[in-house]
Amino acid sequence: MIANYGYKDGSGEYYISIDTDKCIGCAAERACLTACPKQMFEIITDDYDDEVAWIKKPNCRTLSYDCADCKPSGGYTSLPCITACTPGAIKHSW
Amino acid sequence: MNAEVTAAPAVAETVPEKKEFWRWQENTWVDETKDWKTAKIITCGIDVGSVSSQAVLVVDGELYGFNSMRTGNNSPDSATNALQGVMDKCGMKLEDIHYVVGTGYGRVNVPFAHKAITEIACHARGANYMGGNGVRTILDMGGQDCKAIHCDEKGKVTNFLMNDKCAAGTGRGMEVISDLMQIPIAELGPRSFDVDVEPAAVSSVCVVFAKSEALGLLKAGYTKNKVIAAYCQAMAERVVSLLERIGVEEGFFITGGIAKNPGVVKRIEKLLGIKAMETKVDSQIAGALGAALFGYTLMAKKAAG
Repeated sequence: MIANYGYKDGSGEYYISIDTDKCIGCAAERACLTACPKQMFEIITDDYDDEVAWIKKPNCRTLSYDCADCKPSGGYTSLPCITACTPGAIKHSW
Repeated sequence: MNAEVTAAPAVAETVPEKKEFWRWQENTWVDETKDWKTAKIITCGIDVGSVSSQAVLVVDGELYGFNSMRTGNNSPDSATNALQGVMDKCGMKLEDIHYVVGTGYGRVNVPFAHKAITEIACHARGANYMGGNGVRTILDMGGQDCKAIHCDEKGKVTNFLMNDKCAAGTGRGMEVISDLMQIPIAELGPRSFDVDVEPAAVSSVCVVFAKSEALGLLKAGYTKNKVIAAYCQAMAERVVSLLERIGVEEGFFITGGIAKNPGVVKRIEKLLGIKAMETKVDSQIAGALGAALFGYTLMAKKAAG
């Protein structure tokens, strides 16, 4: 399942997509949890009883601000969450 | 001088009744051809949404009855009232129901629920029941949010996207326009087609700015129908942009209250070039129906050992 967390508002589209099929039985030992400086990721049991990562609810509405520090303007050349997720489950839309 | 003081004439105490144009039809239905007393498994799904609440009863895996009403200021009360409405209609009691699943934004506040499941999974499951296993793309236009969902032939979610940060393109926006135009909400859709030329979409579907935008158009000489048409078009464009993010596949199904508004639905169909699937079941109960079906599957598995 592709789970898109985020929103679209007047300034643009801000979604983090998580491919939960790659997330189940994570080969990176849930590295996203510690890689994100804002600790936005959390492991939950989804509606189909799979343990997967999601974005914490309050962060879903503030992604453009929460992720700003990790974007190139914040000094990063690659996003820490995407780098840490070696199975390639995480994508950003912007 | 003794001026004679006379009593002031009594002021008429009749206050003009404020018409609530936004108020949509609350609905209770029970399938009179079925007898729940002979059923093996009775499950209930309760969807407590931001604007409306629904309780659906599923008897041996089949839709039996539902109640759809406005959500109050207290989620547990809304859940209780929704369920009570349909139970009263068929003479059922809470103890007759084997399993209750809560869904919607108030799902964790359903006092008698055995389990809570997200509205995304429930809408997919409900749409699968209502539209058949050919349903692949679901658009849920809720009271204050919008969801685009892909599912497989079993109604399992394969891709979803939700926008609950902004109420643009949702039922609440339509309620605001209804009140502003002083036209009953059920008439908005049909009246949006009663225009000589289809107007351009309003520039903003923001619910907060809807009022000033609509008033500006009226001042500019738009008729009420033309304003409604411009707003319906804007809502359609808004949700289509959401849908396009995950892609649209054949087997397109719309759930939620806005599915009853042909002014928005027809415009969405035109923009996408796909016709939405039709159903005889009230589109507003999809989430609660899906929740009840999840409950049925759990109970059936348990019964099978």
